[in-house]
Amino acid sequence: MRYLPLTPDDREAMLAAIGAKSIDDLFIDVPQAARRDGFVDLPRVAGELEVERALSAMAGKNATASTVPFFCGAGAYKHHIPATVDHVIQRSEFLTSYTPYQPEIAQGTLQYLYEFQTQVANLTGMEVANASLYDGSTAMAEGVLMATRVTRRNKAVISGGVHPHYVKATETVVHAVGVETEALTAAVDAEDAVIAAIDKDTACVVVQTPNVFGTATDVTKIAEAAHAAGALLIVVVTEAVSMGLLKSPGEMGADIVAAEGQSIGNALNFGGPYIGLFATREKLLRQTPGRYCGETVDAEGKRGFVLTLSTREQHIRRDKATSNICTNSGLCCLAFSIHMSLLGETGLRQLALLNHEKAVATRDALAAIPGVEILTPRFFNEFAVKLPRNAADVVQTMADNGVLCGVPYSRLNPDAGLDDVLLVAATETTLDADIKILAGALAKVLAA
Amino acid sequence: MSTMNTVGRPTAPNEGLDANYKPATLTGGRGLLQDEPLIFEGEGWGKTGVDLPKPATNGSDLGDLVRKDPIGLPGLSEPEAMRHYVRLSQKNHAIDLAVYPLGSCTMKHNPRLNEKMARLPGFSDIHPLQPQSTVQGALELMDQLAHWLTTLTGMPAVALSPKAGAHGELCGLMAIRAAHQAKGEHEQRRKVLVPTSAHGTNPATAAFVGYSVVEVAQTDDGRVDVADLASKLGPDVAAIMVTNPNTCGLFERDILEISRLTHEAGAYFYCDGANFNAIVGRVRPGDLGVDAMHINLHKTFSTPHGGGGPGAGPVVLSEALAPFAPAPWVVNTGDGYKLVEREEDEAEQAFGRLCAFQGQMGMYVRALSYMMSHGSDGLRQVAEDAVLNANYIKARLEDLMSVAFPEGPCMHEALFDDEWLKGTDITTLDFAKAMIDEGFHPMTMYFPLVVHGAMLIEPTETESKAELDRFIEAMRLLAGAAKAGDVERFKGAPFHAPLRRLDETRAARSPRLRWAAPEGSNRAG
Amino acid sequence: MKFTKDHEWVRLDGDVATVGISKHAADALGDVVFVETPEAGKTVSVGDSFAVVESVKAASDVYAPIAGEVIEGNAVLATAPETVNADAEGEGWFAKIKVSDASVLDGLMDRAAYDAYLTTL
Repeated sequence: MRYLPLTPDDREAMLAAIGAKSIDDLFIDVPQAARRDGFVDLPRVAGELEVERALSAMAGKNATASTVPFFCGAGAYKHHIPATVDHVIQRSEFLTSYTPYQPEIAQGTLQYLYEFQTQVANLTGMEVANASLYDGSTAMAEGVLMATRVTRRNKAVISGGVHPHYVKATETVVHAVGVETEALTAAVDAEDAVIAAIDKDTACVVVQTPNVFGTATDVTKIAEAAHAAGALLIVVVTEAVSMGLLKSPGEMGADIVAAEGQSIGNALNFGGPYIGLFATREKLLRQTPGRYCGETVDAEGKRGFVLTLSTREQHIRRDKATSNICTNSGLCCLAFSIHMSLLGETGLRQLALLNHEKAVATRDALAAIPGVEILTPRFFNEFAVKLPRNAADVVQTMADNGVLCGVPYSRLNPDAGLDDVLLVAATETTLDADIKILAGALAKVLAA
Repeated sequence: MSTMNTVGRPTAPNEGLDANYKPATLTGGRGLLQDEPLIFEGEGWGKTGVDLPKPATNGSDLGDLVRKDPIGLPGLSEPEAMRHYVRLSQKNHAIDLAVYPLGSCTMKHNPRLNEKMARLPGFSDIHPLQPQSTVQGALELMDQLAHWLTTLTGMPAVALSPKAGAHGELCGLMAIRAAHQAKGEHEQRRKVLVPTSAHGTNPATAAFVGYSVVEVAQTDDGRVDVADLASKLGPDVAAIMVTNPNTCGLFERDILEISRLTHEAGAYFYCDGANFNAIVGRVRPGDLGVDAMHINLHKTFSTPHGGGGPGAGPVVLSEALAPFAPAPWVVNTGDGYKLVEREEDEAEQAFGRLCAFQGQMGMYVRALSYMMSHGSDGLRQVAEDAVLNANYIKARLEDLMSVAFPEGPCMHEALFDDEWLKGTDITTLDFAKAMIDEGFHPMTMYFPLVVHGAMLIEPTETESKAELDRFIEAMRLLAGAAKAGDVERFKGAPFHAPLRRLDETRAARSPRLRWAAPEGSNRAG
Repeated sequence: MKFTKDHEWVRLDGDVATVGISKHAADALGDVVFVETPEAGKTVSVGDSFAVVESVKAASDVYAPIAGEVIEGNAVLATAPETVNADAEGEGWFAKIKVSDASVLDGLMDRAAYDAYLTTL
């Protein structure tokens, strides 16, 4: 058993030191009825080679994004990750350390968290950012709960452009504590519709840009309307790279930004682990969820960093905490921060432009196909098209032909009557040849 | 024989010099430990460490949606980035360096096979919304993981998607809430009973879901006071949340009685599975009457802690709660695997959804890789060695330090209080900081709250006897120094860490949570 | 000056009560890093949580020892929470309350009784 250092002799010597006759003596507090003799009914110990074979066989059954023409987005994006990122996050000192509760021997983690918080605050255009939450969808749920605490109101108005899974994940949690939600009808250009739904009970308005249909919106007017009514504006971003090209949520008046940071430094991973970015205004700090790293000095006056403001958190406040969250997405923060440091502002803007250009090229290729209607007028790297047929069926047929052409909107929300809508994303990894294959195959499938 | 050039190469150190002369360095660096500025304080403005094709356009088609102001993001070339992060890394303690005996955290070895497997493109380079026909292997892996977890716990179902232990607690309580709703009892059952020794997430989660928290007393031997529990159970109680083995490192002897009383009162038994490592392969929570229990894959099943996350907290569920599990989950249809993503058909009672996608797939791969490696025999040995190591530490230190609950064996962690430090003017915190100087990460301190000056030591099964002996020897020397009145060693510690003690009051009084450009600079931020 | 078992103090001048936390409480909390005082106009009843005081590792609710309408919260504490440590029973006051019923004070401890109470903890 390669992960267990004790030898039979060690065990015997240790039992003797303890004064126990056998290991069973140490389990005497377990009620007799609950003790299990022998092994549970599962396979026995296996060597590296065997495990690697078994898992590789499963991995081999999946079509990977890098090996086929690939246009899936809808909240998770295929980007190139520099080799440095994965090397650094596998360093023992980052991979195998715990939450930095002993700051004297955790300055590595603390400093990158401080840098991460600064990067996220600047990227989102906000005053402060925390050290991350689980993912974008849980960040949105936390944002809504925070808004009810700040405004002492009880209703969230959610735009029809917000990712349906984000809406569902938020409603699941906030409904449990009696917070009402008004989720508006799904529509490609839906964001401005929230303005009419704001009333005196509205704690917050939640909009997404670019939204799930890809539509990029200047939400300044929405911010003004929300603030005039005493409500907060929560801006959801599922594609973090977009903020390298588009106006930041902060610039447009957001009070809370709940974003998915996967696009920077983190692989698709079939949905997780990802990284929830959470940023807000300084005056709302005490009502925020999650952990913060702050600057201070040590006993000799040297600059250092510590976890701070922890009286908001569960280990101190217990049932009065702002959230029950106990972890952050530590290693994913590190991956984000390294990738962002490598990009720098120059690289990020370039990357964002390349994404946009690939998406425009993809749109142009699809627009030429008879029966395909482009729905999204202004987008970053993703747009919606209306097909003359059920989009889920088309996606399946295309997949059978080796092309992952996007996500049918109906998979996220089957009740919206948008069965013919396909969400198509392109990134810097998209090849011109992929676009040609996509357009050719789609034309063929639709003509059939 | 000819004489080699020996200029500048004396063979004995410091010949003729004062061995005690140790000047401070001129730059602030200390040998291998470099002082490393923030990336924002370097020369990275305008620089980039990636080579991308030059964009052909400038985004003008997006008009006034385009961001114009500086963002405030410095860049580093690849060598600079590598140095920056490697220098930072050297200021961290790590499992791979030495014992990391944080009680209730289970800091065990993280096998690198797990990392290799999680990075197979077939797992890492697949999209959560690809057609299911193109991810059958991924769904198979989730199904396999579910099989291992349900078999090891003796529970019929598992919700994989919770993203961490606290998220798992949320999942379990939401399922309990849904079950009471289905029975029409939700309005009357508004309380959750939580022992005083519970981890902070338990009461925080109960409150997060809208329950009021009622504390249950603890007995003098560190366990749930069953009489107090019984007196508080009733038709207004939705659930109890009990950690077993508990946060004092002890098995709840009356666990069967606790679950019987709970069920008799019409409530559900939520078990905090943080300490499953102590019993895996030997005790099945299903046999204890548990209705829901989260499993921290980053504790028991060795996925890396990563400096505070990401974790993963699948929740096993009893027959009574299984129908309410959140979407999505995997079904083996016989001719393939299906991901059930919506509350319809077989999932119509699902309480909703906890996150955007399928949960922490990267952690599923690592955990399954670990479980397959150990097998059922290895996992049983894991629990035994974890318990043996903790009891060994307890036995070797109990003559010098005061064990909080001395009667009987402990499970996977040994709990001491600060009684033995009385009169020394040294606190648990001081003692912990002195451990840093000796090269060890401190144990968990001041938790559980029910033990004064608590020191909770969890060695895990992946420490060798030699390493444990080294740790024990260091603890004995420190304890001896404490009792001998060597107060300064403790009060000022650590002396040999990258930094001395940090001023947390200053950090909290005027929070500085981000780098800001110095006054007068034209940098963004 | 009168004290409660929860370590609040109250001092009456005419119909205005000044309230805060005792020196003992401030010492026990350690370095105070944050205080949330009530806004003027808020009505409080005896036992209501009307303020929050935090040190680095602890957070406590502060309960109103007397009922009435808050006239003023101590604005100094927002920027200088350390005042509570420096002068808990003077400059570190939390709020001034216009008292509706002063008889509650009769049930509270005087300094000697409070000191005696502290020795029992």
